Amino acid sequence: MQQILNGVFLGSIYALFAIGFTLVFGILDRLNLAHPAVFAVAAFVGIELVVSGGLSIWAALPLAAILGALLGLVIERVAFRPLKGRPDAHFGGLIASIGLAGMFGALLLWRYGPDTRRFPPDTFPSTSFDVFGARVSLLQVVILAVAIVLMVGLTWLVAKSRLGRAMRAIAENPEAATVLGVNVDRITQVTFALSSALGAVAGVMFAMYVNSAQLEMGTAIELKGLAVMIVGGMGSLPGALVGGLILGLSEVFAIAYIGASWRDMAAFALIFLLLVVRPQGLFGKKRVREV
Amino acid sequence: MKNATKALALTGVLALTLTACGDDSGSGSGGGDGDGALAGEGTGADCTIEQPVPVGAALSLTGAAASYGESQQKGLELAAEELDEVGGVTYELTIEDDQTDARQGISVFETLAEDSSIIIGPTLSNTAFQAQPVAQEASVPVMAISNTAAGITEQGDYIFRNALTEEQVIPQTVRAAVEAYDLEKVVVMYSNDDAFTEDGYKVFAATLEEDGIEVAETLTFSKADTDFRALLTEAANAEPDAIMVSGLIEAAIPLVTQARELGLDVPIVGGNGFNNPQLMAEAGEAAEGVVVGAAWNSASEGELNNAFKADFEEKYGHAPDQFAAQAHAAMHIIDEAVRVNCSGERDDIKDGLGQINELDTVLGTITINSDRDAEHEAVVQVIEDGQFAVLD
Repeated sequence: MQQILNGVFLGSIYALFAIGFTLVFGILDRLNLAHPAVFAVAAFVGIELVVSGGLSIWAALPLAAILGALLGLVIERVAFRPLKGRPDAHFGGLIASIGLAGMFGALLLWRYGPDTRRFPPDTFPSTSFDVFGARVSLLQVVILAVAIVLMVGLTWLVAKSRLGRAMRAIAENPEAATVLGVNVDRITQVTFALSSALGAVAGVMFAMYVNSAQLEMGTAIELKGLAVMIVGGMGSLPGALVGGLILGLSEVFAIAYIGASWRDMAAFALIFLLLVVRPQGLFGKKRVREV
Repeated sequence: MKNATKALALTGVLALTLTACGDDSGSGSGGGDGDGALAGEGTGADCTIEQPVPVGAALSLTGAAASYGESQQKGLELAAEELDEVGGVTYELTIEDDQTDARQGISVFETLAEDSSIIIGPTLSNTAFQAQPVAQEASVPVMAISNTAAGITEQGDYIFRNALTEEQVIPQTVRAAVEAYDLEKVVVMYSNDDAFTEDGYKVFAATLEEDGIEVAETLTFSKADTDFRALLTEAANAEPDAIMVSGLIEAAIPLVTQARELGLDVPIVGGNGFNNPQLMAEAGEAAEGVVVGAAWNSASEGELNNAFKADFEEKYGHAPDQFAAQAHAAMHIIDEAVRVNCSGERDDIKDGLGQINELDTVLGTITINSDRDAEHEAVVQVIEDGQFAVLD
């Protein structure tokens, strides 16, 4: 039972990370590889806000989300917008965002040095509960709740709100959306900001969950995030949540029954298997390429 | 042009002659003058040497290991002052900065090897492997004061060490924990992608086997891991009396925090990677009950140690750490070695070091063994109320 819960909570962090990742991909059809860098930057800044700024985690978390949103705007403006009109914009943006991620990493190193940073021990109340004989901490419950709320909220936003309708119009056909009076650039910016804010929240939560923030933490979770996207179905928000949980569970069971050195293998074995059985992912729609 | 060539050739010859001279005085005759001026009269406490004995030290005073180097410098200077007061033999301490850089360490060793009777340092094992062969080549004894890596003293018969290795500390730590907590069944965890922690694991495993302690489970992780919940759940399922971990501080902090979060409240016994005040500072409450062995503990009472702590505090305004204590002890060991033959000559010091037997220092009673490693009892510490306390 404890192991199932371990998997669920680890998975909810992967989901939190992947929801933002998949939002940009699903709507704008762009893979933003600076997303993991936002994850790391937010963790370090969040820690600084608590340690040096003396803020409580409840104040630091929204601030980190705002910072993430700003970084999202920067990413859109610097890495994606200039390449917008080009025929290879997908690929160009991908590479440009990797470059930008490198720059964020360099800034982090310059500002914080190579050492691991942590939240102070009493940042989050260490309350825990007994659930069917297993231990669950308050932090874990909060992380799971945040992941579910954000997933549900975003799904509603995309499906029902005005903004969501505009997003879907762009996802369908950017040119037609322009003709219909949708401000494509605005909506693109908002999508990036939203996505990166989610990445930032995930970064802060993750740093608290494992009690450490390292410069490479973004790179470490990047492949997991991609795996979750593929398993859940590219661009599907519920898919990101379910995919995250599946990945978390498979990792935990790989550690428990095979050995910790095999944790990453579980993730990728899962992807291979799924790509063979269901190439579009669990919640993905079959894409038909039109000629 | 021709003149220039001639001048160059002449300089070359001159340089060669000078180097040859240097070599002559260097081998076996100690500091610079080569006429045996460093040999004194009397023995032991009555030994009197006219000239000050030149002692060189290569320490990391800047760079990543600067905080360690600074402590060492303070420990050495305090000890040198104390020895001056004893009388008979005085020491001329030359401290050079290796900048936490192996190449700089080599050139510092080259400079110090010219006039020193013995060289102390360098701060890091890494630098030691590069720099110490320089001293071995020049037949200058070396006292390593903070290098715990295996193979340091194997570099040559002039290399000595007063820092305890993992092989010396871990068995003492395990045995003290077994006795204090009545351990019968343990779980062992280690990161299997790092040479230092893997070596530590081997010592843990060998000690546990020797003492017939049941190892319910051996779990491995990666040094980059930060999420240990799945592994710790496995560990908890084995219902051990304690967990023994060979890991670096980076892994130690999240591991300890998550163990307590999962309700695993048994003692956690760590290797030298856990011997870091960061553990209490960053894991907070969760660090309580962590057991770790060390060469020195500020809480250990003893006449020498109490005096050292008081003098250090008075001179520098803050408490000493393990690095200062090891440096302080090194000067006293060297003094003892000099007095054995009442000589500051290099080979006499080397011979004297080999004869160190049950010498009282701030680290405890030290004996130098046939591998040129110092042997003394480790202090087994347990974290209590956010501090390292002596486990008994």
